[in-house]
Amino acid sequence: MTDSKYFTTTKKGEIFELKAELNSDKKEKKKEAVKKVIASMTVGKDVSALFPDVVNCMQTDNLELKKLVYLYLMNYAKSQPDMAIMAVNTFVKDCEDPNPLIRALAVRTMGCIRVDKITEYLCEPLRKCLKDEDPYVRKTAAVCVAKLHDINAQLVEDQGFLDTLKDLISDSNPMVVANAVAALSEIAESHPSSNLLDLNPQSINKLLTALNECTEWGQIFILDCLANYMPKDDREAQSICERVTPRLSHANSAVVLSAVKVLMKFMEMLSKDLDYYGTLLKKLAPPLVTLLSAEPELQYVALRNINLIVQKRPEILKHEMKVFFVKYNDPIYVKLEKLDIMIRLASQANIAQVLAELKEYATEVDVDFVRKAVRAIGRCAIKVEQSAERCVSTLLDLIQTKVNYVVQEAIVVIKDIFRKYPNKYESVIATLCENLDSLDEPEARAAMIWIVGEYAERIDNADELLESFLEGFHDESTQVQLQLLTAIVKLFLKKPTETQELVQQVLSLATQDSDNPDLRDRGYIYWRLLSTDPVAAKEVVLAEKPLISEETDLIEPTLLDELICYIGTLASVYHKPPSAFVEGGRGVVHKSLPPRTASNESTESPEAAPAGAPTGEQPDVIPTQGDLLGDLLNLDLGPPVSGPPLATSSVQMGAVDLLGGGLDSLIGDTNFGAPPAAAPARPGAPIGSGLSDLFDLTSGVGTLSGSYVAPKAVWLPAMKAKGLEISGTFTRQVGSISMDLQLTNKALQVMMDFAIQFNRNSFGLAPAAPLQVHAPLSPNQTVEISLPLNTVGSVMKMDPLNNLQVAVKNNIDIFYFSTLYPLHILFVEDGKMDRQMFLATWKDIPNENEAQFQIRDCPLNAEAVSSRLQSSNIFTIAKRNVEGQDMLYQSLKLTNGIWVLAELRIQPGNTSFTLSLKCRAPEVSPHVYQAYETILKN
Amino acid sequence: MSASAVFILDIKGKVFCEYFKELEEESIRDNFVIVYELLDELMDFGFPQTTDSKILQEYITQQGNKLETGKSRVPPTVTNAVSWRSEGLKYKKNEVFIDVIESVNLLVNANGSVLLSEIVGSIKLKVFLSGMPELRLGLNDRVLFELTGLSGSKNKSVELEDVKFHQCVRLSRFDNDRTISFIPPDGDFELMSYRLSTQVKPLIWIESIIEKFSHSRVEIMVKAKGQFKKQSVANGVEISVPVPSDADSPRFKTSVGSAKYVPEKNVVIWSIKSFPGGKEYLMRAHFGLPSVEKEEVDGRPPIGVKFEIPYFTVSGIQVRYMKIIEKSGYQALPWVRYITQSGDYQLRTS
Repeated sequence: MTDSKYFTTTKKGEIFELKAELNSDKKEKKKEAVKKVIASMTVGKDVSALFPDVVNCMQTDNLELKKLVYLYLMNYAKSQPDMAIMAVNTFVKDCEDPNPLIRALAVRTMGCIRVDKITEYLCEPLRKCLKDEDPYVRKTAAVCVAKLHDINAQLVEDQGFLDTLKDLISDSNPMVVANAVAALSEIAESHPSSNLLDLNPQSINKLLTALNECTEWGQIFILDCLANYMPKDDREAQSICERVTPRLSHANSAVVLSAVKVLMKFMEMLSKDLDYYGTLLKKLAPPLVTLLSAEPELQYVALRNINLIVQKRPEILKHEMKVFFVKYNDPIYVKLEKLDIMIRLASQANIAQVLAELKEYATEVDVDFVRKAVRAIGRCAIKVEQSAERCVSTLLDLIQTKVNYVVQEAIVVIKDIFRKYPNKYESVIATLCENLDSLDEPEARAAMIWIVGEYAERIDNADELLESFLEGFHDESTQVQLQLLTAIVKLFLKKPTETQELVQQVLSLATQDSDNPDLRDRGYIYWRLLSTDPVAAKEVVLAEKPLISEETDLIEPTLLDELICYIGTLASVYHKPPSAFVEGGRGVVHKSLPPRTASNESTESPEAAPAGAPTGEQPDVIPTQGDLLGDLLNLDLGPPVSGPPLATSSVQMGAVDLLGGGLDSLIGDTNFGAPPAAAPARPGAPIGSGLSDLFDLTSGVGTLSGSYVAPKAVWLPAMKAKGLEISGTFTRQVGSISMDLQLTNKALQVMMDFAIQFNRNSFGLAPAAPLQVHAPLSPNQTVEISLPLNTVGSVMKMDPLNNLQVAVKNNIDIFYFSTLYPLHILFVEDGKMDRQMFLATWKDIPNENEAQFQIRDCPLNAEAVSSRLQSSNIFTIAKRNVEGQDMLYQSLKLTNGIWVLAELRIQPGNTSFTLSLKCRAPEVSPHVYQAYETILKN
Repeated sequence: MSASAVFILDIKGKVFCEYFKELEEESIRDNFVIVYELLDELMDFGFPQTTDSKILQEYITQQGNKLETGKSRVPPTVTNAVSWRSEGLKYKKNEVFIDVIESVNLLVNANGSVLLSEIVGSIKLKVFLSGMPELRLGLNDRVLFELTGLSGSKNKSVELEDVKFHQCVRLSRFDNDRTISFIPPDGDFELMSYRLSTQVKPLIWIESIIEKFSHSRVEIMVKAKGQFKKQSVANGVEISVPVPSDADSPRFKTSVGSAKYVPEKNVVIWSIKSFPGGKEYLMRAHFGLPSVEKEEVDGRPPIGVKFEIPYFTVSGIQVRYMKIIEKSGYQALPWVRYITQSGDYQLRTS
């Protein structure tokens, strides 16, 4: 006896009967009735009228029945919110049932009931279940938090569930950890700014350990989460990669793809010169190939992902061409995808083999596939120059088959080959012309017409050929019409004497009889050109054409980078970012690859554009002048010191500032691939340092005393650097920044040949001169050096923002350390803003960008504060007294042109100040606050 | 937007198959209550959860659970670190059966050049062991031999290009020192699969001449050659040769085995029960063609070959040992079988 009988009742009084049965005393009968209800629900009948009767069955000790009732509730609670409340009591009770299956069932179901009133009651049971002794209940509760967050995010935050969830990441049970990670990742996606997962080296380590113990799906959650982490340097990236690579041997293809994603992402940070980089490349190929041994549907998913990987890093699969050869019984979607990958992998080394295959495919019977194969031959010709000749002869062979669609397709690609290799294969034109009459597809007709027009001087009867098309001009598609117009004009320019009539005819057809504006416009332009200045017309119409690019159908690099971050998800199958097909708030966060390492960049192959990372938000304000001004500044103020005094008046400076936010986000985007507001850009920097002296003199407010200098701290202990100890600090004096270093030799041998280098950093800090240690440093000797710095180095957003990674070399080795520089060394001397401008800017910066801080235990009064800050280039623009409190309005500007506006509230007799900062790049605010603290307390 | 949707669908299909034998509309209708229950356990809020059908069967049964019996508890296995094996298993006789199965995928061009030849191997275990045994499998893996210095000796080793393991295998351990160590699930499962693309001589080589005389006849000549050791025998060899879809009145002549025309697939199938290595056989077929040309064009399907060669692996892979350690200290016996079979074995025709 099977369940299918429940589907069979379709009588009229059904609902009524069911109602009676649901209220029956007999347990068996009740259960049967509920099954019938669910069966009806499953096939889409509305059984919501039975709501109270079904809910009445909820209190049962039969697990199967309970599950069915819960199922019913999930489906109909939304349409009967008031009655759904009736169920709450049972839920709450079930959450305390001794059987963990029931507790979990209850909490799982409650999360699926999207009724506000119910969610309130859910909180207490959920809290208990999150701390349940049974891991099965805990793992279910973890997911429930994500469900609840989807219904009411505020409630989840208020109830502190996020913290509990974070605690679960350290749970002893790997399944709970995995679900907690999954839930947090899900929540984090709708809160891009929140640091929910709080990924840091320690937590990453924990996750990597859990990775070894999780179920396969848990491993996927963890790997996906790891992929969102941004390692701080290449070494960390490498060590994570090393621990992820074993996953490539997992039997579950989804685990493999998630691991591939992590590796592809972190590889971005590894230098190509590293041995490990090569090892990793080698390790990636076999698992990707193995994915193709699965069922066709899985193969397709694998192929779509491989298609992305091949575009990003063709070297991984360059030797694996054969596995993409098409088999007779492959489904068409697999065939087409394989073909696409074959073309991408085609190179001089394997082209012969590829061509032989493509020719084979081109004689198949499936039209779509054959067309694509013919097109592929053309693409090979364009991609691999050495093969062009063979491709062309293969295409000619195919044209001889006279199969109509093959001929048309071949002519379309031959046109492209002509574009790529002009004046090389014209001998085939005669063969093409023979097939003129068989062309009935617009694209092929247009291609043929283009060829005739382009080589009109070599085709004796070009005028006749074109004229034959002209007869049915109005029946042609626009594409063909446009092409015909251009071709005849070309013909006229080449053979003016015999074709005047023809050109007249086409021009009048295009301009007078057509209602297509494009066609008319093009016709008029040609007409006027020809009538006013035939020489110019010749130059325009017969101009040398730009070369067509080698690769067609490439995914645009920024999109490709984003899609690489989505390997193994639907986005990688659609080749569209999630925002393109996911409705609602989720999925709008764009992911981006980590920035490349410096050493990597130099060896970058030209086809891979710099990691232009897609960014989360649009830059807030980008006035059009911003671009212009930015360009101007960029051009004029290249070297830091030689800048012309472009902005001597504060009004002009104000203009720059207004644009500041938008500008630097803009440039940050395009040039460096860091998130928008974060990447402080270069153009502003030169102004700051370049004009500082001038500004100081003219404004007369600058003091020459220089900013506060912190005492030297040990940056590199001797034990870590084979006896070299480095301590240092940063100073800013009269517009120049320097790094004051103290090098001590604690080793037994002499040190010499010192050199220093900075990694790319947030503000482009770089040594302005080489590190000069004049004499060799003998044991126990100490030397003090002041290294001048500038801010025109390469920019990359660091975390924390003011992190500076330094490499110091001597005759013994190279040592690395990183240090944090105080932000006030970047406050430039012309950071005083005009009053009006200040007000306008303050208003203009959105309130979300405002950050408030408390400065405690500062005994100074307003005047002292003001003057002390001024010596560090924080300028007080206005002072007001409001209800006994002193309000100081201040401005400062960073070397990269970012303005920070401040309001400092000082209450007499109170040593705590309130500091409000507004800035278009809000991430600098905490560092500015720290600068305030340092300056005021020292 | 959840990841790997296709993979989970694939897995779901497999789970349902294990529950209902066959997955079709009828079986879903017949078991819709269980389908709901299973979906509940397989996925939560789009997150795949427990997908191991053996474990699911411990708490979702076809009969429907009665709470009174107190039986339906969460099996600890669901959330254990070892989520694939239940505790407390007992067998009188502790045994492990190991099947090493290699499939040969081959793609040969019409002009006889080998385009692709790969071996996809799989090691399947049938485990009847009590308790929580620790197993270690030793193969003649080249990388391992190089690591342990065994490579210099006369041991033949095999270079595995890509290896995939069941989730029970400790991947990081394999990554470190190539040790395959695991606590196995109970019963049948695939422990690992591997792939090699080293060129081997195609085990059964086919030469064919298909001559088509339009409007009159097709003549087919197929020569099959066993290119493996004389001691081995290929069983159940089936060579399917494509014929035009409008062919009629078949006639065959074979030096061994029998040929059969299968019109619904448009092929002739030549079956040879046992095909020893080194032998060469011949088949001729003759078909009539109608005098009126049909409209649609035939594709050019390849010749396919099916076969099975027992006690033999193409790659030369061997199980060197299987160590079984359980804390109760029982003795257990491993049994090994080797077999090579055809995978996707295609020879294109001109």
